[in-house]
Amino acid sequence: MTTAPERLLTVDDLAVSYRTRHGDVHAVRDVSLHVDEGETVAVVGESGSGKSTTAAAVVRLLAPAARIERGTIDLLGRDVAQASPRELQAVRGLLVGLVPQDPTVSLNPVKRIGDQVAEVLRIHGLADRRAAGIEAVEALRRAGLPEPELRARQYPHELSGGMRQRVLIAIALVARPRLLVADEPTSALDVTVQRQILDHLDTLTAETGTGVLLITHDLGVAADRADRIVVMSQGRVVEAGTPDEVLGSPREAYTRQLLAAAPSLRGARPVSVPVALDAPPALEVRGLVKDFPLPRSGGGGTLRAVDDVSFRVPRGGTLALVGESGSGKSTTARLALRLAEPTAGQVLVGGRDVSHTRGSELRALRRQMQVVYQNPYSSLDPRWSVGQIVGEPLRAFGVGDRRTRATRTAELLDLVALPVSVAQRRPAELSGGQRQRVAIARALSVRPDLVVLDEPVSALDVSVQAQILDLLAELQRELGVTYLFISHDLAVVRQVAHDVVVLRQGRVVERGKVEDVFADPQHAYTAELLAAIPGARRPLEPATAGLVAGGER
Amino acid sequence: MSSLDALTAGERGPQPPTEAFVPTALDPNTRADKFAATSAERFADAVLEREDPLARRSPWRTRFEDLVRKPGLVLALVWSAVILLAAFVPSLLAPGDPLDGVPADKLQAPSSAHWFGTDQLGRDLYTRVVHGTHLTLAAALTAVLVGLVVGALVGLVAGFVGGVVDDVAMRVVDVLLSIPALLLSLALITVLGFGTINVAIAVGLANVASVSRIMRSEVLRVRTSVFVEASHASGSRWWTTLGRHVLPNAIGPVVVLAALELGAAVLAVSSLSFLGYGEPPPAPEWGALVAGGRDYLRTSWWLTTLPGLTIVATVLAAGRISRALDGDPGRNR
Repeated sequence: MTTAPERLLTVDDLAVSYRTRHGDVHAVRDVSLHVDEGETVAVVGESGSGKSTTAAAVVRLLAPAARIERGTIDLLGRDVAQASPRELQAVRGLLVGLVPQDPTVSLNPVKRIGDQVAEVLRIHGLADRRAAGIEAVEALRRAGLPEPELRARQYPHELSGGMRQRVLIAIALVARPRLLVADEPTSALDVTVQRQILDHLDTLTAETGTGVLLITHDLGVAADRADRIVVMSQGRVVEAGTPDEVLGSPREAYTRQLLAAAPSLRGARPVSVPVALDAPPALEVRGLVKDFPLPRSGGGGTLRAVDDVSFRVPRGGTLALVGESGSGKSTTARLALRLAEPTAGQVLVGGRDVSHTRGSELRALRRQMQVVYQNPYSSLDPRWSVGQIVGEPLRAFGVGDRRTRATRTAELLDLVALPVSVAQRRPAELSGGQRQRVAIARALSVRPDLVVLDEPVSALDVSVQAQILDLLAELQRELGVTYLFISHDLAVVRQVAHDVVVLRQGRVVERGKVEDVFADPQHAYTAELLAAIPGARRPLEPATAGLVAGGER
Repeated sequence: MSSLDALTAGERGPQPPTEAFVPTALDPNTRADKFAATSAERFADAVLEREDPLARRSPWRTRFEDLVRKPGLVLALVWSAVILLAAFVPSLLAPGDPLDGVPADKLQAPSSAHWFGTDQLGRDLYTRVVHGTHLTLAAALTAVLVGLVVGALVGLVAGFVGGVVDDVAMRVVDVLLSIPALLLSLALITVLGFGTINVAIAVGLANVASVSRIMRSEVLRVRTSVFVEASHASGSRWWTTLGRHVLPNAIGPVVVLAALELGAAVLAVSSLSFLGYGEPPPAPEWGALVAGGRDYLRTSWWLTTLPGLTIVATVLAAGRISRALDGDPGRNR
């Protein structure tokens, strides 16, 4: 070490509380951390661990109900915790940049991209109108946006999620701040896009020596990108150190749990369910095609979302449909469920062609096929009680009377490991993981042969993900139910599926047994997807590997 | 390296005391533990209270606290209570007979004996206003109910069925919206005939257009929700989905509109009875009272002003209450 790198940020003994109607909730307690020049520090934890609150405190963008109770936030000699609004204006953008979480809502929809980037420079008086515009284009180019001159004149809705995230990075970095706070910058993006963005962030900050405070729930991302990792739980720092220290030999039980739960670091799970290959498949699709008409203003024509897709899901097994957003995997699922009409092709359920079933027969078919949606926050009617939700299919099919339905509902809640008392509660009173359990209970209520799981865990925290995946596997063992598992996350797929079908732009590019596809991908696209799994850069340490194996009995 | 160690030790801080939150979270063997694990998530929800505002708070206490901070709303609620009392038990507020005049006391200014003064036949104006409340209010409520039921039905069907049905219904609504509401009511009354109920129906039908518009847009929003598709996918019949998922989730803004329309309906009913389309005299409808005082405007201001102010206060109170209804579900959703 010739010259010690400059200390950019020192958070000391920080405590933040939210005022609620039931007294104060201490979201962050006794948090201390620091970021040096050119260093990336990852803060890892589940939702509710206080990591986002810590990030918000650093830029003093806390929710109105939040209050900094104690502690100092030293940013290059200025105490942000005590700064006046005026001082904060001078600090934000200039000294510290923020990359917010959700690129779809973080840009002003009525302003052009270029103006939004230039705004930072104009506010801080770094450039006049003309120069700021030129600088903005340059910043967009540095952020890796193709054709920056064109993009600068476009509006946010004309850009994809990945592009918007690049715009947000450009906004954060245009004034060349010393510190960058990135709050889950890639959680809303596909894995391959995530990798590009993070790679780019790495190079950008390495060039300028910008320090990065990276907030993430994904230990895999932290392992790949960070110089140091800070693990938070319940508003406290439970462990901190280099990735090797934290992931290689975690000292805290919580870190070990988080590690064991991280799908990307978890490794393959030995799938213990035997699958009878000679039995007729629970679901088979042949040559499915789905065309969507394009708006006439765009020149008309059709968009082929699903193009000649065929696969069979063996009874009692799990087939995963994998692909990025826009690959047609969800549309395929909807076609298989007969929620959408295929343009061509066949859907066979239990060997019977149901492609053109309608009316009461179609309704009867729904009894054999149920679905669990991606987002448990929107798939449950907020006005219904959990009991009503779980019992809805029973009611729809007139199974039993009121009393037997109530008994069955209680059984189902028990099956998904929820206490019977939640039957009276409403979805808003439950957490994301609990809601997804409710959705699973609803799907299983009429004892279907097949459950379509449309990204069932992608809206959940890693450790909750692990619980839900365990639950699904357990239910499959107990009930012999067949799963069609839709996911963009290969790390998750590896844990649950027997067979995998990789989709790209509506076409099947690869299919096979999970082990084969993961060990030896035949198609370049599959290899790319596999390489993009965060955490792949790190070989599993012996300690971790042992722990993973131990946790998976 | 040593500095780093010191720092890590410092950063670790005290151990979390709430053991129940963390451990056993990932033990897949026991189901009870799985639920315990999710209490960590509940903690998360508690921290981000805005995500989960309804979960645990006593609704009545907070309602009360909110009220104290909104004097306008308190006033509106008190006024509505008075109006309701006047509508249901008028003799409690004004024991006299609204039709009984004392010719010797005609056209007296407001005093402690006659709070609102007396009219040209010596009838106590206050008693007449109080006893006229139920006529006006019943007409306004009927109007709102007619508008609400018919409008909601049209909007629900148009939004849910879509296609040609939607197109036809909405074009008819466009035509209705292009005609001024009062003019439309007048036209309807000429067809239906005079009288309070007919006035109410006419005012209500003039409201159908705006109610159905709101209902349709809400239905369109709710219809595309995942939970509606989930209900469909779990095998519910379409009318079950419509009645049990779409309607309850779409009706909220329409109810708010109805409260607002109640104020407008009071005004419209009063306007029509002012023009003489309501109950024939001597029924003390508010609009008719204002109309009756017109001839004495120069000498006896109270005959028009005081019933007029009563109407204004009622309309304003309905508006304020509807705004409060609008605010609350929005925050709680």
